[in-house]
Amino acid sequence: MEQLIQQLVNGISLGSIYALIALGYTMVYGIVKLINFAHGDVFMVGAFIGFYSITVLHLGFFPALLISMVACAIFGVLIERIAYKPLRNATRIAALITAIGVSLFIEYGTIYIRGAQPEAYPSNIVPLKSLEIFGVKISGQSILILAVSLCLMIILQFIVHKTKIGKAMRAVSHDQDAAKLMGINVNNTISATFAIGSALAGAAGVVFGMYYTKIEPLMGIIPGLKAFVAAVLGGIGIIPGAMAGGLLLGVIEALVSAAGGSLFRDAVAFVVLILILIFRPAGLFGKNVREKV
Amino acid sequence: MRTKTQLLKVENAGIRFGGLKAVSGVNLELLQGELVGLIGPNGAGKTTFFNLLTGVYVPTEGTISLAGEKLNGNKPYKITKKGISRTFQNIRLFGELSVLDNVKVAYHSLAKHSIFSSIFRLPSHFSGEREMEERAIEFLKIFKLDNVQHEMAKNLPYGQQRRLEIARALAANPKLLLLDEPAAGMNPQETDELMNLIALIREKFSLTILLIEHDMNLVMGVCERIYVLDHGQLIADGTPEEIRNNPKVIEAYLGEEVS
Amino acid sequence: MKKLNNAKGFWGSVVLAVVFAVVVQFLINGGTLNPFYVNALFSIGINIILAASLHLIIGITGQFSIGHSGFLAVGAYVSAIITMKLGLPFPVAILAAGAAAAVAGLVIGVPTLRLRGDYLAIATLGFAEIMRIVFLNIDYVGGASGMTVSHLITWPWLIACVAITIIIIVNFTNSTHGRACISIRENEIAADAMGINTTYYKVMAFVIGAFFAGVAGALHAHNFYIIQPTNFGFLKSFDILIFVVLGGLGSMSGAVLAAILLTIISTFLANYPEVRMVIYSLVLIAMMLFRPQGLMGTKEITSFFKLGKSAQGGSQDANKNTVA
Repeated sequence: MEQLIQQLVNGISLGSIYALIALGYTMVYGIVKLINFAHGDVFMVGAFIGFYSITVLHLGFFPALLISMVACAIFGVLIERIAYKPLRNATRIAALITAIGVSLFIEYGTIYIRGAQPEAYPSNIVPLKSLEIFGVKISGQSILILAVSLCLMIILQFIVHKTKIGKAMRAVSHDQDAAKLMGINVNNTISATFAIGSALAGAAGVVFGMYYTKIEPLMGIIPGLKAFVAAVLGGIGIIPGAMAGGLLLGVIEALVSAAGGSLFRDAVAFVVLILILIFRPAGLFGKNVREKV
Repeated sequence: MRTKTQLLKVENAGIRFGGLKAVSGVNLELLQGELVGLIGPNGAGKTTFFNLLTGVYVPTEGTISLAGEKLNGNKPYKITKKGISRTFQNIRLFGELSVLDNVKVAYHSLAKHSIFSSIFRLPSHFSGEREMEERAIEFLKIFKLDNVQHEMAKNLPYGQQRRLEIARALAANPKLLLLDEPAAGMNPQETDELMNLIALIREKFSLTILLIEHDMNLVMGVCERIYVLDHGQLIADGTPEEIRNNPKVIEAYLGEEVS
Repeated sequence: MKKLNNAKGFWGSVVLAVVFAVVVQFLINGGTLNPFYVNALFSIGINIILAASLHLIIGITGQFSIGHSGFLAVGAYVSAIITMKLGLPFPVAILAAGAAAAVAGLVIGVPTLRLRGDYLAIATLGFAEIMRIVFLNIDYVGGASGMTVSHLITWPWLIACVAITIIIIVNFTNSTHGRACISIRENEIAADAMGINTTYYKVMAFVIGAFFAGVAGALHAHNFYIIQPTNFGFLKSFDILIFVVLGGLGSMSGAVLAAILLTIISTFLANYPEVRMVIYSLVLIAMMLFRPQGLMGTKEITSFFKLGKSAQGGSQDANKNTVA
């Protein structure tokens, strides 16, 4: 029983990282209908920026987190402006191929610049005490991850629902042309969406580094894909769906590991994906939309 | 005289999307050889009704039958094989295929050669393809499209694209042809030509036609009977003359001229 | 008349291919081609099969599948089991590899091909990952360290497989069945309304494509001495995808040319893998930005030769009637 709860806690920690990444996928998909394959690599870049901020600039955890988020936001906007914006009216396949190209470019560009060797994340940067509740040990890292994710998600909800830019984002994702007619600057709104999504991915990169203590240039691929699965699971384009999907996926993975299937852990996400696409393609929170004929 | 057997019978058909009733309680009958119009204000559910007939949407209520055979729940391609073929409001040609190939696609269900015989180029492949090609060329002549048969469909001018779409729909050998706003975007002269074309194919193929159209001149000019749809329900049916003077119809169009 | 030209072109190509095959065989026997070039030639052949098979799925039928390495993996492992564990001859392995991959294609295709566009892409990607992880966890096939496989591939087997793949896919494409697939690519709703059983043809294209990817897997396994799950990751799918995209979605000769070109380039960049990937990705992005239809668009190479001859009849006809 304790073992089970322990696994659940691990699952929730991992799941909240998926959720942070999934938010970026879902927001971008909601607004430009593009699977931003490069999103997992923004996450990787975020992890490295956090790493260098801590080891080279000797900053604390929170300044490093902040720097990483800001840098990723800028990076995300650059990607959008350079690679995606010219393709806004192109076919979906062309946009998807471009996204794959951008993703590979970031991965192998990073390897080209700094090599493929992994780095060990400094884990003692924040003094963390583990917590023991009813015999279940919750590590400091888990608490930190949960706290950071929770704060960021609350801030995101605030931005999306209470601020002008959030309203603009919702308007553009609902109907781009109508939003334009109402005087909303669609280009800036899309850029803002990329900025916010990428900042969240950057934060996820830093906490991922803290949790797993190892980062490398191709680390973004699998968490990126799984986060996308989480976004689809929750219903792509739906922000609370991405949060729930991420947590759920993390918990499912942890439970499969606990049940002895740890070798197949990485396959679980994809099985979940195929099942959800077949049985409920709109996701848990989504409504089925039909193509207009 | 035309035979007066019943071809299409729609009883109480409707569909809801979530809580929204897009079309409900539609009763409609078409007799063999009739040319009937379906009109109604924007958003009345006309195209949705076509989608019900062709199987794009599955009706959530009622039944649709063609020549006595129930169609509900069949996939679109099966309904096409059973004898309902259509054109689309927003033209849906196979842009990167030639005009000839567009028509050949509609002949696909008649193909006698299997994938196996095509892959290994057995004699049945050649005879089957030749037969299709000859039929398609003959067919394009009727529509005066034979001179552009090797053009890609996407490169045709608008009027010809509309004509090709009708040709393609007819090539599928339907008993009932559904035309969804065939005159949309046409100038008066093109519309006239279209009316002649519709009259011609109706004679030639002894077809039954159901036509959605906004151009009242066209509808009133060629249709024998007209159904009026508003808010997803039929509000009137009758001859053009009756429809013109029906107060409900005038109200539905809310001041839009019906004549 | 057209059919006659058609047949002439077909037999002409066959004769050319045979002559080419015999000449290369002599060059190999005579030692004129050193092992490095022979190896490159084998890689080119395998990649042509992969490009042609994915071309049928993406280029012709318009189903955006990015998990082709999954079928390659199935073919490679099944063929390796047959020759190494069961001791059966190589041709049996090739056929069994194709059949196993085709079954995998059927199993994955039936449920996922209902999905459109990017959802299908992700589902096929997921399938390939699942296959990789499954092979990683089966001890019978060596787990992460993989399987050693004898080098059974020979030039005649390779060129025969390449030729058969191309002929079958081109013959399929240039028939009413191929037109049905193209009509799905062009407008699925209209294809359905014209009486095309869209699900059947999507699955069929998927199964045929998977079959040949499996054949390529058998050749791959018996060319590289060892197969490991890491050979069949997302990057491998991407390598195949770029052949099809670069060559021009819908152009068989484009895909084949791109496969030849890129295999040569990557052979020379073999010692600089990350440079290769940086260049690949930049090419891909630039291609989408400036020439999204690929090098050849939907045209075939033969249309350039026939252009002069049939200038009056309309040139588009030419590319639809070529056989090989």
